[in-house]
Amino acid sequence: MLRMWRVGLLSGLALAAAPAHAFIAYVSNEKSNTVSVIDTDSWTVTKTIKVGQRPRGIDFTRDGKFVMVAVGDDDTIQVIDAKTQAVVDSLPSGPDPELFAQDAAGKILYVANENDNTVTVIDLEKRTRLGDIQVGVEPEGMTISPDGKTLINTSETTNMAHFIDTSSRQIVANVLVDARPRFAEFKHDSSELWVSSEIGGTVSVIDPAKHEVIGKVTFEISGLRKEAIQPVGIGMTKDDKTAFVALGPANRIAVVDVASRKVTKYLLVGQRVWHMAFTPDEKYLLTTNGVSNDVSVIDVAAQKVIKTIQVGELPWGITIAP
Amino acid sequence: MIRWLVGLIGWSLAATSALAADPVTIGVGYLGVAGTRSTLSLVEQPAENDGVAGARLAIEDNNTTGKFTGQRFTLEERRIKEGEDAVQAATDLAARNGFIIADLPADALLKVADALRDRGTLLFNAGAIDERLREADCRANVIHTAPTRAMLADALGQYLVWKKWSRWLLVVGSHDEDKLFADALRRTATRFGAKIVQEKTFEDKGGARRTDSGVTLIQRQMPVFTQGAPAYDVLVAADESEVFGAYLPYRTWDPRPVAGSAGLVPRSWDASQDQWGAIQMQNRFIKLNSRRMTPLDMQAWTAVRMIGEATSRTNSGDVKKVTDFIKGPDFSVAAFKGTRLTLRDWNLQLRQPILLVDGRMVVSVSPQEGFLHQVSELDTLGYDRPESKCKLK
Repeated sequence: MLRMWRVGLLSGLALAAAPAHAFIAYVSNEKSNTVSVIDTDSWTVTKTIKVGQRPRGIDFTRDGKFVMVAVGDDDTIQVIDAKTQAVVDSLPSGPDPELFAQDAAGKILYVANENDNTVTVIDLEKRTRLGDIQVGVEPEGMTISPDGKTLINTSETTNMAHFIDTSSRQIVANVLVDARPRFAEFKHDSSELWVSSEIGGTVSVIDPAKHEVIGKVTFEISGLRKEAIQPVGIGMTKDDKTAFVALGPANRIAVVDVASRKVTKYLLVGQRVWHMAFTPDEKYLLTTNGVSNDVSVIDVAAQKVIKTIQVGELPWGITIAP
Repeated sequence: MIRWLVGLIGWSLAATSALAADPVTIGVGYLGVAGTRSTLSLVEQPAENDGVAGARLAIEDNNTTGKFTGQRFTLEERRIKEGEDAVQAATDLAARNGFIIADLPADALLKVADALRDRGTLLFNAGAIDERLREADCRANVIHTAPTRAMLADALGQYLVWKKWSRWLLVVGSHDEDKLFADALRRTATRFGAKIVQEKTFEDKGGARRTDSGVTLIQRQMPVFTQGAPAYDVLVAADESEVFGAYLPYRTWDPRPVAGSAGLVPRSWDASQDQWGAIQMQNRFIKLNSRRMTPLDMQAWTAVRMIGEATSRTNSGDVKKVTDFIKGPDFSVAAFKGTRLTLRDWNLQLRQPILLVDGRMVVSVSPQEGFLHQVSELDTLGYDRPESKCKLK
């Protein structure tokens, strides 16, 4: 008994003594038109920033100085200064921007514009529009291959992942996936592209070289009807061993063994879990839970939910300072 | 600016050349009745292109996808006038189109279905909500994207029961379709444990829907008409003929909400529906048609999207192949209702959530929480497999 207590005390001390790795997370709240700033040391909301209408896609600039947030109903992407935590500028996106991706250098931004079936290309330094690429109906998911050569865009009603050559800005391949593809994520070693299908209820695993679906991750939760399982956000650990998939109204994050493409565990989080972001040290994974208006904190190593933080209404996207 | 333009031209040139082979053309016909019916509310008066406007948008959506799959969709519209033969019009359409979206009365639809059976044309019933088309009179070549009266009544009934408004005053119109809707509502009450405390009939004595001093008269009539009813929670109106329903809200003798054909109305779609990505679809529709989207537009959109979904999945424009896929176990379609829509394989009715709307907002979406089913909660709406009288032929 005494010994256990001592061990507890010691580990407590050890925790306190370790250098604090506080990160800053920004969460877009789709309904309240705000962005919540979370301190990952205290796990509290330190500031709520008013932004434009219907904020969804959110990402830090590569240098960590700014946060870009797509405010769809204002047809623009707003730029928040991470130092002053205030909106300082906006980018010329097309109508109704939802999600976007930037190249490795942080110079070019690709924006999915749901309303007019285009991907808009923006020069981030000059903050000007370079052009548009025609894609399928309701473009949504956006990601860039680790080598920077291929941009992936998923279109929700066309049900495809479009492979776009970033140098020629041409579509080079289209891969049909299950209904309403929402999010795309490459393995860090580029060997696979994972695409979630919200209505189809699956994650398609695509060979990016052959442009073929080579496997599917499926989900089954006892006591839960199939329709409630709606995969959206995907996060993959840097070692490419474990993937986390947000299952929307199933209120769970699936932990997937990447090699076997099998679910090893379901973690109960808040309601309608949508997107997620790792802390840079990959110790924690934060998920946005739309209907319960909170963010769940997952201990990545332990695969356990350790905390819930209340944010604004309908939290949607999340990004963490590099 | 110039450089940007050159770039654009370059892209479009390359995009054209990327289409190697000639695209496969998939013909879709739209068969409807000429003219529109008159509604009590002027704002609900259907447009001339009600229904086909939805089909047109889906053709555009399919063609955007078709650019990548080498498929091109065309739409041919045909409206039959009073006294014109539906079968002849349908046969003519079928000569060029393997798929026909129909917005026809039940009898005409059945005649068309039987006439086109051997030809292999696949029909989509986008308009008729009659139960019998999915029951005793079901057909193997007709897919129903329109919900049924029982589905609509159950969707409403689930909500009313959830709200604990379980004592209903049922007011029924004097036309056949009003009586059919009343039948569906009675069935719903029995299924979900609501009680119809009294039934009243509202006789259609003729008269104009538009008059210069109508409001004064209605304000006198309606309270008196609903006076003396036993204690009830909600007035449920069955008035598909648009004779009295819309006159009831705010005018009942007792201060009670109205539902059914007025007040809280069950519908497959509504212009105010903005959840589950629907806003993009509503915007596309308004941009294309300069008006808002109706349930009939949505039912036609869904039908054409089902065709597009099946042609892209099968990579084929072959009617037989596409039909088999749509009827098969792997088919589902996304239609901005928060869940995948599938076909009831026993009668080819599309399973779908039903919106409960008040004319300005979506109040709720059924099935309601707690109405459980071993296969799909969507099957708590309408006739289920064990009750079905349909034998597909």
